[in-house]
Amino acid sequence: MLAWIELLSAWMIPMLIAFIPLYAAYRKVPVYETFIDGAKDGFGTAVSIIPHLVGMLTAISMFRASGALDTIIQSIRPFLELLGVPGEVLPLALLRPLTGAGSLAFVTDLIKTQGPDTFAAKVAATIQGSTDTTLYVLTVYFGAVGIRNSRYALKVGLFSDIVGFFAAVAVCWLLFGQS
Amino acid sequence: MVNWIWLGMIVVSVIFGAANGRMEEVAEAAFGGAQTGVTVCLGLVSILVFWMGLMKIAENAGLVLALSRILAPVVRRLFPDVPAEHPAMGYILSNMSANLLGLGNAATPMGIRAMQELQKLNPDKSVATPAMCTLLALNTASITLVPTTMIAIRMNFGSLHPADIVASTLLATAVATGAALAADRWYRWTSRGG
Repeated sequence: MLAWIELLSAWMIPMLIAFIPLYAAYRKVPVYETFIDGAKDGFGTAVSIIPHLVGMLTAISMFRASGALDTIIQSIRPFLELLGVPGEVLPLALLRPLTGAGSLAFVTDLIKTQGPDTFAAKVAATIQGSTDTTLYVLTVYFGAVGIRNSRYALKVGLFSDIVGFFAAVAVCWLLFGQS
Repeated sequence: MVNWIWLGMIVVSVIFGAANGRMEEVAEAAFGGAQTGVTVCLGLVSILVFWMGLMKIAENAGLVLALSRILAPVVRRLFPDVPAEHPAMGYILSNMSANLLGLGNAATPMGIRAMQELQKLNPDKSVATPAMCTLLALNTASITLVPTTMIAIRMNFGSLHPADIVASTLLATAVATGAALAADRWYRWTSRGG
C-alpha cells in the first residue's frame, strides 16, 4: 500500500505534465501559447506576496531571536508535560504554526539527536507531517489575491493547530506507547 | 487578529530583547527575516510561473470544469456559496488532491489559483469571503496521505520502520482537519450578518 502510494506520488507529476497538454492539443487548444499566457501571471503573483511574507517573517524571526519564544515555552512546560507531551517536543507547539523551515529544522535535529525510533521523534514527526504552517499559508494565499482582512481564518487555523498538536501526542501514545 | 499578533510579536520581541540584552540579535533578525521573506517568494516564482502556465492549458481544455463536475457533489457541501459550474470549484479540487498526494509544490499554485477565482466572486476585494476561509482552513490543516518528507528524514537517520508514522500522521491530520472545518463552520454561522 505504502510503496504503491509512493510510486503514485513519483509518477503523478510527470504524468500530469504530459497528460494536460496532450488532452488540450486533442481539444484543439494552442498549447504553447496558452502556457505562456497563463505563466505570465505567475511572476506578478509571486511578487505580490513579497510584502506580506516580509512583514510576517520579520516579526517571527525577531520573536525567536529575542528569546521571547523560549521563555514562553519554558513557562508552559509544566502544564504540557502534565498532559503527556514529551519534554523534547515542547517547542514544536509554538514553532509549528509560526515557521515551516524553523520547525522542520527542529524536528530534523530532534530525530538526529534522540534517534529516529524514539517516542519523542515519532511524536515530533507526526506533528510536523500532520499540519501545515498556519501563518505562512494564510500570508501566501491571502497575500496573493490582496486580502487584507482575513476575518476569522487565523483563529480557525490556530485552533486546528492546537487540536492537531494534542491529537498527535494522543495518537502516538495509543500507537507507540512510551519507550 | 493578524494586526494584534503582528504588533504583539514585535513589541514583545523588543521588550525581551532589552531584558535579555539581545538587542543586536533582534535587529539582525528583523532584516534576516525580511530577507528570508524575499528569498521564499523568489523560490515561489518558478513554481508559480510553471504551474500557472500548465493550469491555463488545463482550464482552456475544459479539464478544470470537468473535474469540478465530477467531484462537485462532495465539495459543494463545504463551499455552499460557490456556483457548482464555477472554475473555482475545479481549482479547489486540484488543490485538495495535490495536498492529499503530498505534491506540495503543485498544491500551492493550485490553491492560489482557487483563491483568485474566489476573489472574482468577492464583492469586497480586501475582505475574505467564507469560501476563502474554508479553503484556507483546509490548507492549514493539510490532509496528507503520506508524510514523505518525515519518512525520508527518519530513513536518513537509520530508522528501522521509517513509515510507521503514516498511521499516526493520518489520524492526527484527520482530527486537525475535522477541528478546522468545525471551527470554520461555527465562525461562518456566528459571523453571518455581523
